[in-house]
Amino acid sequence: MLEAQDLSIGYGKSPIGTGLNLQVREGEILCLLGPNGCGKTTLFRTLLGLLPALSGSVLLGGRPITAQTRAEIARAIAYVPQAHAPPFPFEALEVVLMGRTARLGAFAQPGKTDRAVAEDAMRHLGIHDLAHRDYSQLSGGQRQLVLIARALAQEATLIVMDEPTASLDFGNQAQVLARIGALAQIKGTASHGVILSTHDPDQAFALNARVLLMHRGGVLAEGPATEVLTEANLTTVYGLPITVESTLSGRKVCLPRLATDTSATMMPDAMTSP
Amino acid sequence: MGRRTTADVSPPNAGLLKGLSLTGGLAMVLVLLAFGAVMIGPYGLTTGQVLSALLGQGDQQAQIVVWNIRLPRVGAALLVGAALAAAGASYQALFRNPLVSPDILGVSAGAGLGAVAGIFLSLPVVMIQASAFVGGMVAVGLVTLVGSLVRGTDRTLTLVLLGVVVGALAGAATSLLKVMADPYDQLPAITFWLLGSLASITTRDIVPALPVVLIGLIPLALLRWRINVLSLGDEEARALGIEAGRTRLIVIASATLITASVTALAGVVGWVGLVIPHIARMLVGPGFGRLLPASAMIGAGYLLVVDTLARTIAAVEVPLGVLTAVIGAPFFVWLLARGRRGWL
Repeated sequence: MLEAQDLSIGYGKSPIGTGLNLQVREGEILCLLGPNGCGKTTLFRTLLGLLPALSGSVLLGGRPITAQTRAEIARAIAYVPQAHAPPFPFEALEVVLMGRTARLGAFAQPGKTDRAVAEDAMRHLGIHDLAHRDYSQLSGGQRQLVLIARALAQEATLIVMDEPTASLDFGNQAQVLARIGALAQIKGTASHGVILSTHDPDQAFALNARVLLMHRGGVLAEGPATEVLTEANLTTVYGLPITVESTLSGRKVCLPRLATDTSATMMPDAMTSP
Repeated sequence: MGRRTTADVSPPNAGLLKGLSLTGGLAMVLVLLAFGAVMIGPYGLTTGQVLSALLGQGDQQAQIVVWNIRLPRVGAALLVGAALAAAGASYQALFRNPLVSPDILGVSAGAGLGAVAGIFLSLPVVMIQASAFVGGMVAVGLVTLVGSLVRGTDRTLTLVLLGVVVGALAGAATSLLKVMADPYDQLPAITFWLLGSLASITTRDIVPALPVVLIGLIPLALLRWRINVLSLGDEEARALGIEAGRTRLIVIASATLITASVTALAGVVGWVGLVIPHIARMLVGPGFGRLLPASAMIGAGYLLVVDTLARTIAAVEVPLGVLTAVIGAPFFVWLLARGRRGWL
């Protein structure tokens, strides 16, 4: 499906990350974790073919992504950006319909079939009642769900999500997360591969995801959440003592120690913008 | 906004029907406005006189007024208004900013410099048009090129500021040419041209501009869906499967072609491209497939009304650019005061 081999990423000549390897298949969730500025967004842009790799290669469906057109790529990978406000008051359904673009001719408009696919995607996420609402007036959580619906309407098997819960309140985070978990679990042809970045290691546990833990432009560890998100690894990456505990229901949670007297100060790379 | 009251799931054809009836309604208003504009003027005509003149009958003098004076002017006003509003709607979608207009990006200033240079060199009308087009193209090209080189800042703000810079530069060059121009022959032509006017328009001027505007409109109409997607920003548009750079270039070239050709025809007429798309968006929503025709029709009607005012409210012709500014500026302020979003 999507495979990165010995990837170096960055802008201009200075690499932000090197030696990156990863692989995602259908029915699988890969969770990217790491502090601000570790190169998550840059990696996403490279995986989507929006930014050329400095070295190494990205293979999509077995073919180098650089040899594919934007439309070919968009039919295979959908991108869900962080919920944003567009400058114009498009209806939510129109935003979802934009996911159909890669399947339309250059001069074509979305037709009946596209409309049906878009409406199905919204129904699937339980937001069909928002179809004719002004997208720019929706709440952050609703917008995020509309963007996920757009990715579904794109009918790509892979979905890349950049911090899908970043701007959401507590309740919406859980709701969006549940929808994401469901995307990978659908059996059969509708099963998606999902790559998402997050700042919350608990989400990786909740999704039972495979985790790629990034640290200083490289991969510190990769594997199932329970193996990668250890107290030692998390403490290394975030630069302060973190304990991992199990709740009564058996789910694991990460707890940073909030002592003010520790020598752990903010890591310099936690201050840089992505 | 009326369209939001149809929140319940309406049959898919309802939108189309509504769109068609709105288009039909606008077309009817346009015809009535045009008819009225043909009647109004220092040599007033009655409905009957205009009708028979249109059929080539009746009073000889009325026929001359209708065919040689009023109709070319009405046609030019419709063309210029439609073109500027269509170009403005395109620029706003492309630059993801409802406050962008051809003026802000320097097309008008560049086209102005081109045309003034043409007048200065005593070129024929066709060459002045070509010169205006090249000037507009170069100005927008500069703004987008330098804008893409400036990294790490707000792109839209960068473009608007660069538009101001390029516009000021073109304005300085225009001033230099005015100083150097022949004060008796060229200077009045330049001044008149820079304020915008349809006073000396003849059918011969409209004929070359019309096909150019249509050629510019075709790609905009064909790419109407992709222009919607582009208004999400380049990166997202690319992720959705569009070769954003190429599409953006085609749209900029088309909108600039349209603006430059009517600017060459009517001079610098500001504000239409900024104000009209807003009114159209309030009526039909931001979907470019409906926004483009709605903007063009409303722009045509608006400029027709303004031009008719320009030639009737005073003993002398009021320059078109002066009137559109007087009407446009308060509207702009009203938009800012409404401040629904973080524009700019």
